[in-house]
Amino acid sequence: MTATLIWILVALVAIGLYLSWTAGRLDRLHARIDAARAALDAQLLRRASVAQELATSGVLDPAASIVLYEAAHAARQAEEEQREVAESDLSQALRAVFAEAQQVQAVREAPGGEEAARELTEAIRRVPMARRFHNDAVRAARALRRHRKVRWFRLAGHAPFPMAFEMDDEPPVALVDRAA
Amino acid sequence: MKIGIVCPYSWDVPGGVQFHIRDLAEYFIRLGHEVSVLAPADDDTPLPPYVVSAGRAVPVPYNGSVARLNFGFLSAARVRRWLHDGEFDVVHIHEPASPSLGLLTCWAAQGPMVATFHTSNPRSKAMIAAYSILQAALEKISARIAVSEYARRTLVEHLGGDAVVIPNGVDVEFFAKAEPNPEWQGGTIGFIGRIDEPRKGLPVLMGALPKILAARPQTRLLVAGRGDEKEAVESLPKELRSRVEFLGMISDEDKARFLRSVDLYVAPNTGGESFGIILVEAMSAGAPVLASDLDAFAQVLDQGAAGELFTNEDADALAEAAVRLLEDPARLAELRERGSVHVRRFDWSTVGADILSVYETVTAGAAAVAADERAGGGGGSGLRARLGLARD
Repeated sequence: MTATLIWILVALVAIGLYLSWTAGRLDRLHARIDAARAALDAQLLRRASVAQELATSGVLDPAASIVLYEAAHAARQAEEEQREVAESDLSQALRAVFAEAQQVQAVREAPGGEEAARELTEAIRRVPMARRFHNDAVRAARALRRHRKVRWFRLAGHAPFPMAFEMDDEPPVALVDRAA
Repeated sequence: MKIGIVCPYSWDVPGGVQFHIRDLAEYFIRLGHEVSVLAPADDDTPLPPYVVSAGRAVPVPYNGSVARLNFGFLSAARVRRWLHDGEFDVVHIHEPASPSLGLLTCWAAQGPMVATFHTSNPRSKAMIAAYSILQAALEKISARIAVSEYARRTLVEHLGGDAVVIPNGVDVEFFAKAEPNPEWQGGTIGFIGRIDEPRKGLPVLMGALPKILAARPQTRLLVAGRGDEKEAVESLPKELRSRVEFLGMISDEDKARFLRSVDLYVAPNTGGESFGIILVEAMSAGAPVLASDLDAFAQVLDQGAAGELFTNEDADALAEAAVRLLEDPARLAELRERGSVHVRRFDWSTVGADILSVYETVTAGAAAVAADERAGGGGGSGLRARLGLARD
């Protein structure tokens, strides 16, 4: 009788430890998503700021300036639900404005343009990076959260189900073609 | 920035991953970052000042061959100590899925972690069984880098998730500035790689050689690399053997001069390549490249625009392409030209800046890397952390 009780106790402790370890994993994954999301936010804001700066600098022609300004402004002001669409629009605007290598060249030749072009290239390169890292973390967390043990024992607590950030982040060819 | 890099393979054995880590570390040091590399090494091998030894790697059968790996209690303790002493802002792990230092570090650390996946192994049985063990360690990695689109695809298939593609780096200047050696010039075909490793493809090249020599008798084949030279030429008719010269292992400087000198560089590898750094080196030195059409090679050569491709393992196709190229100096010049333009994206200045962007993306606002108390043997504080988290 006692032996059975001890065995049940041992089994319960083992299950408890396993569940707490899983909860720890999940907690770490949520922390990773938060960090990745913050990094993505920072990169997106940076990109929008540089785009807005360029749009208001007078280096570009007025039509391109307005297109870029509108898109950058909308991306910075977008509500959370509209964010993906607004950021994709900014990507499209950037592609449209910097479709030609000559345009990039013109920006580079303007005073301070070299730096602005570099900042923009960097921001454009880092947005897809940050987004991939974020979505990778989201996928890992979702895989674990779908598991029975997590659902039955509610190990995720009240944390919202993580969502991937989907947007069009294709860079303008003229800006990223380093070989040119 | 304080950067910790983990090398999974013995520092004293030359290999692609080791060279990549050495160049990366030296690039960051030149930029003024603090770098420490943790690598397996014998106690008596001289190490550069930035390398910390993780002890000797133990040869064990793994994945179909004998691999030298680090594992067990002592290695784990060394990893912990290194993490503790280093106080890194970011730890960059290479090959985190191989059961060696990389995996140990994943398991023992917490904080910003970047991992580079070099190989693209087909999924092994062990990997499937170990999937859940691996997953718990690998999911700590905040950013994954694959060295090619091909490596990324296998990574996504086997482990899920996603990765950014950053190619391996090459010091383009070093190869572009090397002095050609007249002894190695004049109708020469170059090959660099282990002679006795069939996947490097020397047998395919040997199979093609009689046809190449029939069309162009003055051609010489220069082979640089370790292995049994007699065995390598056994398939050749006796009278042709004099057209093959073995140079043995060559130094980095000689490798650059070698690639500057040859008229055509042939990479007949039959598989197991996830990147093909040698092709980038050859293009840096301005050597026209003829390579087998492996996925990884096709990508490095820009689908054949920066170098020619032939059907993998097809000696006749290799011979036909080699003869056609050697007889067409204009085409060779064009390949040299295109190669040296294409190769700029693989220069350390580009690749290093990209890797640094990854570090900056994952470290922005994150705490420094620390030893993970939760991972095994953490004792009282580890248990408290568990209970504390379990309460959540």
